[in-house]
Amino acid sequence: MKITADKILDARGLCCPMPSVKTALTLEAMGSGEVLLVLTDDPVSKKDLPIWAESTGNTLLGLTEEGRTISIYLRKG
Amino acid sequence: MEALREAKKGVTIVLFSGELDKALAAFVIATAAASMGMPVSIFFTFWGLNVLKKKGGLIRGRNWMQRMLNVVNYGHARRLALSKLNMMGMGPVMLKTMMSAKRVPGLDEFIRTSSALGVKLYACEMSMSVMGLSKDDFIEECSDVIGAVNYISIAKESDINLFI
Repeated sequence: MKITADKILDARGLCCPMPSVKTALTLEAMGSGEVLLVLTDDPVSKKDLPIWAESTGNTLLGLTEEGRTISIYLRKG
Repeated sequence: MEALREAKKGVTIVLFSGELDKALAAFVIATAAASMGMPVSIFFTFWGLNVLKKKGGLIRGRNWMQRMLNVVNYGHARRLALSKLNMMGMGPVMLKTMMSAKRVPGLDEFIRTSSALGVKLYACEMSMSVMGLSKDDFIEECSDVIGAVNYISIAKESDINLFI
């Protein structure tokens, strides 16, 4: 899977609910249709960020895991 | 996010307790809901007012009973007890160490973050007058001082209402 991100948010080391908070703040400053890559190592965020995206009208493009790092691609709605 | 906020019903939380663990629970819920674009209000009443108190200013109040209460009930966001296993203040120190090891924000950071996300922090006017507190005794993040009717008018428009 190859998705190009317009912006990368490194939220590694942060735990619930801060990855969602930082994602919300970062996406707020981005334009509609732009893609944000969120990097996290919080297992809660793996489940929470897709739910967050759905309930805020943003699209989850993909989720990959490499070692402890979870990469989540979101398109701003 | 503004458009989303209008379309969504909100979250209201009554924070009656003045303990660190309960205050943290309120702020985790508040910041998570605010990140989802929901309007969030926390109504601080009775012991919950300790969370909003500024550091310092030990002697507050207009008569000896209010002053005595505020000396004994001295508190602010960095100096709250736990509702369980307080162990004369050792509990909060240990919890804070364990939280920072997991990089969970402290209560004062939660207050700043929630304020940046637009969470409204309201102080209960009636508790304040009983305890002899004024808005000057509170941190600048305190949005306003409101009464019970005003709180209900906000709560009835919200989907989620919690009493902590």
